[in-house]
Amino acid sequence: MGRTLFEKIWDAHVVSQIPDGPAILYIDKHLIHEVTSPQAFDGLRKRGIPVRRPDRILATADHNVPTLNQHLPIKEELSRIQVEKLTRNCEEFGIELYGLNHPYQGIVHVIGPELGVTQPGMTMVCGDSHTSTHGAFGSIAFGIGTSEVEQVMATQCMLQQKPKTMKIDIHGQLRPGVVSKDIILYIISQISASGGTGYFVEYAGEAIRSLGMEARMTICNMSIEMGARGGLIAPDEITFDYIRGREFAPKGAEFERAVAKWKELASDEDATFDEVITFDAADIEPMITFGTNPGMGIGISENVPTTASIASATGKVNFEKALNYMGVEEGQPLKGKKIDYVFIGSCTNSRIEDLRMVAELVKGKKKADEVEVWVVPGSKQVETQAMEEGIHEVLTAAGFQFRGPGCSACLGMNEDKIPAGKYCVSTSNRNFEGRQGPGARTFLASPLTAAASALSGYVTDVRELGPVMV
Amino acid sequence: MEKFTNIADRAVPIPEENIDTDQIIPARFLKAITREGFGENLFRDWRYDRENNPKEFVLNDPTYEGKILVAGKNFGCGSSREHAAWAIYDYGFRVVISSFFADIFKNNALNNGLLVIQTSEEQLQELLGIIQDDPTTQFQVNLEEQTVINESMGVSFSFDINSFKKLCLLNGYDNVDFLRSKTEEIKAYEASYHK
Repeated sequence: MGRTLFEKIWDAHVVSQIPDGPAILYIDKHLIHEVTSPQAFDGLRKRGIPVRRPDRILATADHNVPTLNQHLPIKEELSRIQVEKLTRNCEEFGIELYGLNHPYQGIVHVIGPELGVTQPGMTMVCGDSHTSTHGAFGSIAFGIGTSEVEQVMATQCMLQQKPKTMKIDIHGQLRPGVVSKDIILYIISQISASGGTGYFVEYAGEAIRSLGMEARMTICNMSIEMGARGGLIAPDEITFDYIRGREFAPKGAEFERAVAKWKELASDEDATFDEVITFDAADIEPMITFGTNPGMGIGISENVPTTASIASATGKVNFEKALNYMGVEEGQPLKGKKIDYVFIGSCTNSRIEDLRMVAELVKGKKKADEVEVWVVPGSKQVETQAMEEGIHEVLTAAGFQFRGPGCSACLGMNEDKIPAGKYCVSTSNRNFEGRQGPGARTFLASPLTAAASALSGYVTDVRELGPVMV
Repeated sequence: MEKFTNIADRAVPIPEENIDTDQIIPARFLKAITREGFGENLFRDWRYDRENNPKEFVLNDPTYEGKILVAGKNFGCGSSREHAAWAIYDYGFRVVISSFFADIFKNNALNNGLLVIQTSEEQLQELLGIIQDDPTTQFQVNLEEQTVINESMGVSFSFDINSFKKLCLLNGYDNVDFLRSKTEEIKAYEASYHK
C-alpha cells in the first residue's frame, strides 16, 4: 500500500519503535533560541554531558530582541540576561550562534529557510510551536518543549508518538486580493482551533501548488493554530529553485543529486490519510479574526457570528467572553472598525515577499494619522534586502516605521507591546488575550489587509482600494 | 522527574474551552533562565488586574482547592512553552483533566510528572457539575489502575495512557537517561543514514 509524504519521512527517521509507546525519532536539524533553551542547557550541565551534535543546531536570538537601536545593549534587564545566557551557552557547548547584529540573525523560522538550512525530507524541531513553518519544504517540522530540547541536545533523538495524517486540499484558484494568509485563516475558521489536534497535515491542491515558497511557509506556519502537530507541502520545482544557491544548501553536482532524491518526496497515489478535507479557493475572501483564538475568523465582508449560532453551552460562554474582551458586537461587521495599531511582521508574514506586497500597495500613499504602524522584517537579511530594493523608503514615506528584525509585537516579549484596550490589525499568528501586550486586542489578517487598514485607519477590505496586483 | 503517586484530593474547575498557554503563563514571564517559581504567575492575567488586585477567578476563590485541575476542551493550545506545565506543577497541581489536550502541552506535562487525563465531553461536564454542587468532594486518581473515582457521587471512569508513559510516570524515569542508553543504536542509525 502507498504511503503519505509524512509517513515516508517519518519512517526514514525512526531509530526504533517502543511497543505501546513512542518512537525514537532522529532529528536532522535542531533550531534553538534564547527563551526555551536555558533550562535545557542547565540540564546538560547537571548531567555533565555535552551537546551530542552541535553541528546540527542552528541558534539565534529573536524573541527578546529590541527592534529599535539594536546596536545598543538591550535595555530590559531580564531580556538582556536571557540573550546573554544564550551566547554563553552556545560558546560553552560549541554551537554557532547568529546573535544580535550578526548578518544572519532573525526569527528562527525565517532564517532557517533563507540560509538553506531547511531542506526537503528532513526532521526539524525547535522549542517553538511555529516550527511547523519549515514543513513548506516537505519536511517534518514541529515545536517541542524544553525537556525535549534537552533530549535532542543530549542524543539528537527524541521520543515522539506518531500522529495521524490529514490532507487538506484547496482546489481552484485564489481570487484577487486573497493571499496565503487568508487561506490558512479560512481553514482554521472552518475546522476550529482544535480541528487538527493529533494530526500532521499535508496541504495540497492547485491553490497551494501555485504559491511561492514564502506564501507556503505562511500556511504551514499556522498549522499549530488548528492544533495540528505540523503541516507540510510536497516539494516541487518552486521549492528547489528557492533552495538553490543558498548559504547552506548543497552545491553543484551535490545539489542535483539532492534534487533527484527530493523529487521522490510526495504522497503515493494510493496513500490513505486518516482524514481528508477539501475546500474551494474561490470560496475564500480576505479574512480577519474577531475573537481570541485563530479559529474565530470571518471573511471581511461577513458579520461577526451571533451567540445563538454557537452550538455548545461552554462554546457560548467562551464566545461571549471573547467578544467582551475584544469589544466587538455579535452580528455586526468588523469592516469599518477603527484601529490604533498595525503590526506587519512575525514568523508568519515578515519575509521579503510580504514586504514587497505591502510596499506595492502603499506606494505613494500615507497612513491614517491616528494609526501607528510597525513593520518588522523577519531577519537581518530581509531588512537588508528591503533597503536595497527601496521598500524601506516607500514604507517610511507612507509613515510606517521600519524597524530591526525580531519576533517583536507578535508576543510582546520586548518593548513592542500594544497598549491595553487598543486595536491592532496584525499579520502575526495569535489573537489570544494579552498576546500582543496585556489587554491588547488583535485582529489577525494578511499583509494586504493590514496595509490597507493602516492607510484608512479602520478595518478595510483591500479589494475596495482598486485592483490588487497579487 | 518525581514519581507520580496516587492522589485523593479536591478539584479546581475552569469550565472554559481553548485555554491557551499564553493564559496559563503570559510571555512576559518566560524570561527566567531556571525552571523554578512559575507557579506564582500561573494564570497571572486572569488572577490579577494590571494593578495586581485579585480578580474574580477560581484560583482566588477559597471555595476551591486541591491538586486536580479540571478544564474545558483543547486545554494547553498555542505556544509550546513548557513553562505552562512548570507553572501548573509548581502551583501544586498534579493532575489536569480535560476532554481534549493540545499535543505539545500533553507531552510537556507528562515529561514533568504532571498527569493529563482525557475524558469524554460528557464525563467532563459531569465532573464539572459534581465539583460545582460540592466543592469539597474528593476524587481518587489511581494511575496504576488508570481510574478516577468519586465515591460520594458514585462516579468512576477509566482513562487511557500508553504503557511507556505510564511506566515513566510511576517510576519517575527520565527520558534523557533512557535515550542515552540507546546511544549505540543511534550511532548505528547515523552510520547507515546518508543524507
